[in-house]
Amino acid sequence: MATTGPLTGIRVVEVASEFAAFAGKMLADQGAEVIVVEPPGGHHTRTYEPFADDRAGIERSLWWWHYNTSKKSVVVALDDPCFAALVDTADIVLEAAFIDDEPHRQRRPELIWVSVTPFGRAEGGLRQATDLTVLAGGPVWSCGYDDHSIPPVRGGGNQGYHTAGVFAVASTLTAYIARTVHGIGQLVDVNMHACANVTTEAASYDWHVAKRVVQRMTGRHAGVTRTTSSIAPASDGRMVHTGVPPRSAREFESLLHWLDELGLRDEYPESFFLDMGIARGGLHISELHVDAEATAIFNAGREAMRFLADRLPAYDYFMGAQRCGLAAGIVYAPEEVMEDPHFVARGFPVEIFHDEIDRTAVHLGLPFVCQAAPGSVTRAPRLGEHDDEILGPLR
Amino acid sequence: MTETKTALGHLRICDFTGQLAGAGATRWLAAFGAQVIRIEDPTNDGKWDILRGSEPYVDERRGIDFGGGFQNHNVEKLGITLNLRTERGKQLLRELVRMSDVVTENYAAGVLDRWGFGYDQLKALREDIIYVSNCGFGHVGPYASFRTWGPIVQACCGLTFSSGLPDMESAGWGFSFMDHHGGNFMAVAILAALVHRQRTGEGQWVDMSCTEAGASMLGPAVLDYTVNGRPLRRPGMPNSNRSQFPRMAPHGIYPCAGEDNWVAIAVRNDDDWVALRTVMAFDDRDRFADQDALDAEIAAWTHTRDKFAVSDELQSFAVPAAPVQKPPERIDHDANTAAWGLWPSVRHRAMGEVRVDGVPAHLSETDWHIEHGAPCLGQHNDDVYGGLLGLSATEIDALRADGVI
Repeated sequence: MATTGPLTGIRVVEVASEFAAFAGKMLADQGAEVIVVEPPGGHHTRTYEPFADDRAGIERSLWWWHYNTSKKSVVVALDDPCFAALVDTADIVLEAAFIDDEPHRQRRPELIWVSVTPFGRAEGGLRQATDLTVLAGGPVWSCGYDDHSIPPVRGGGNQGYHTAGVFAVASTLTAYIARTVHGIGQLVDVNMHACANVTTEAASYDWHVAKRVVQRMTGRHAGVTRTTSSIAPASDGRMVHTGVPPRSAREFESLLHWLDELGLRDEYPESFFLDMGIARGGLHISELHVDAEATAIFNAGREAMRFLADRLPAYDYFMGAQRCGLAAGIVYAPEEVMEDPHFVARGFPVEIFHDEIDRTAVHLGLPFVCQAAPGSVTRAPRLGEHDDEILGPLR
Repeated sequence: MTETKTALGHLRICDFTGQLAGAGATRWLAAFGAQVIRIEDPTNDGKWDILRGSEPYVDERRGIDFGGGFQNHNVEKLGITLNLRTERGKQLLRELVRMSDVVTENYAAGVLDRWGFGYDQLKALREDIIYVSNCGFGHVGPYASFRTWGPIVQACCGLTFSSGLPDMESAGWGFSFMDHHGGNFMAVAILAALVHRQRTGEGQWVDMSCTEAGASMLGPAVLDYTVNGRPLRRPGMPNSNRSQFPRMAPHGIYPCAGEDNWVAIAVRNDDDWVALRTVMAFDDRDRFADQDALDAEIAAWTHTRDKFAVSDELQSFAVPAAPVQKPPERIDHDANTAAWGLWPSVRHRAMGEVRVDGVPAHLSETDWHIEHGAPCLGQHNDDVYGGLLGLSATEIDALRADGVI
C-alpha cells in the first residue's frame, strides 16, 4: 500500500469491476486507501489473461496485477451487513454495477458515491458494453486506414475503459474538494459512452462548428481533407513519426542544418522551399490551402522529414530531429518504452516482488508524481488479503 | 439570479496552458466553477496556441478569434494578454500569482523558468502555490528538452503501435488521444495536489510527462513482456479489433449496409456465444480456434443489414454490440448523449452561438456548467486588470499603449 501520496487519508471502497478498476488503481497509487471488495471466490477479472509464466490461477492474472496495484482486498458479499458497515467507514464508494446508493447515502450524507456505467445511471443496464462497443460509439470512426474497405480500428489497450477511468478520477476528486467546501457528499454519475464521445478531438468540433465530417486516414488525424502520412519507415525498417511539419523560420533553418550535417541538402530536391520558409519568416497553419506559397513550403518541410527518415535508423532519426528542435518521434511498442533510457532515468519502470513467481516484475510507474507527496505503485492484493485488518473491527 | 453551488468556485488558476493537452485540464476546472485566467502573449496574438485562429470556422470569417478547436477547448475561461518580455508585465504576473491557487502550463520544458517564473520563484511569491507543468517527456531526464505534439506522444509511449490490424502498418489513433488524456491526467494532477494542500497546507510542483501518462494505459501488454517475455512486436500483432486481454471471440468490427457503415460485436462468454448463434443461425464450434472463419461468416451476415438494427437485435439478446457512429449520428441523433446534455451551446463573443463538448460525468450537488464560449484575445483584460488587480481605466489604457497587454 502506498504510505504517501497526495490522497493519503482518503478511504475508498471499490466494488471490484472491470469498468472502474483503473480509476481505483489511480486513486490507490496516489495514496488513497482503496479497499477492493470481491465476492467469495474472487472477482472474475482474476481469471483474465495473460497469466504469470502462462500458468492460470487467481493470483497469477497480470490483468489483476496491473489494475489493482496499491489496493487492499476483502471478500464480502454485497448483501452482507458487513458491506454496509464498511461503506460507513469510507469517504468514497466506487462501483460499476448500478448498486443503489440511496440507503448508503442516507445513512452517511457526506459519502461520495461514484458510479461508472456504460450509458449512465438513468439509462440503467439495458445495453451491454465492452471496451470495443464503448469506443465504437465515438472515437472508432476516426481510426483506421486510408482504404475504407478495411474496417475502422479500435485503438489498442482497452482505452475506452481508461478514458472512463480518468474521467471518473477527475470527477471523484472534484466531488471530494466540493465536500471540504460545502460539507456534502454526492452521487457522481460517470457515463462511459459520453466519455468516449468527448474524446474524439476534431471529429466532434468539426461537426459542432462547421457541420463537416472527418474521414479516417492511416496513422494520422482523421480530417475533412486528405493529408499525407506522418508515419514513415526508417532505414532499419522500424517506423517513426515525422511530426507536425516545420512552420517557423527557426524550424526551417534547423531542418536545413540537419540536412547539411548529414551531407544531404543537395540530394533533397525541395531544399529551395525550405530556404523560402526562412525568407518569409515561417508560416501559420491557417495559411494552408489558402496561400499557395505557404502550402508549397509546408509540403516541402513535411517531405524533407520523410526523406530524412528514409536515410536514418529509427532511433537516430528521433534523436537527430529532436536535437535540431524538430518535433518528431519513434513508434515504440509498449515494451520498448520500458527500456528507453529516458523513462528508466526518470524511474518510470517500477520493480515489484511477486511471491507467485519468486522474482520481481517490472511494472509501469505513475502517470504523474506529486513531488511533495509522491505516490507509489505496490503489489496488487491477494484474494481477501486484508480481511482481518479491514473487516475484523466491523464483524 | 439563484446562487448555484460549485465544486471549485473558490479556486483561481493562473493559466498558461494551450492546445488541448493543457487547455483540456483547465477546461475541466472552469466547468466546475474555478476562475481560470488564461494568459496569452499579445506580441504574437496568442498564436503559440496553434488552434487559435485555425479551422474549422463557423462561416467565412477568419482570424485569431475564430478557431473552432480553440473555442471548444477554452469555454468558461477568462482570457487576458500579458507581455512577459516587459518588466511591468512580469510585475503584473507576480501580483496575479500571489492571488492564485494554481499555476498551469504545457510549454516545452524550461520556458516559464526562463521568464523567471520557475517553481522556486512562484513559491517565493506564494508559499503554498501549486505548479503543474505538462510536457511530452517531463522537465527532468535526457529527453526533457524534446518537443512533442499529441501524435508524437502517442508514438513514443506505445499507443500508436498498439493500434492496428495484423501484418499492416500502425493504424494509430485518428486524433490526438493523448492531448485529451494529457489534459485529463493533468486535471487529476491539479486536483490531487489541491487535496494534498487542503490536508497539509503544502503546495508543490507536479512535473507531468505526457508520454508516461500514455504508457501508463498499456499495463497488461507491458507485463506480458516484463513477466512472460512476450513482446507486442511479434508476428500477427497487434490485432486491436480483437480482444486478447480479456480473451474474447468473436470480437470485431463488421461491415453493414450503406456507405462506410460498421457494427462492433464482442462475444464475452459462452452465454453471448449461444445468443449470437441464435441470432445469426450459426452452428456451434470452437469460437477461439475458428475466429478467422467466424469473422468472415459474421461479416457475410451483417453486410446487408442496417448497423443500428444489428446492434439492437444483438443487444436484445444481451450481447454487447454497437454501431460505429459517425459524428452526426452520435451528436445529432443519439438519444443517450442528448438526454445527458452532452453537447451544450455556448455564446462566443465573435462566433456567436456554438455547440461544444460537455462533460461526461454528472455530480448530483455541484454539477458542471458550460455557458460561456472561449475568450477572444484579451477579452477580459478590463475585468482582470481592473476588477481583480484594481488598476484604473487610465492605467489599463497605458498598459495597452506601452505594449504590456
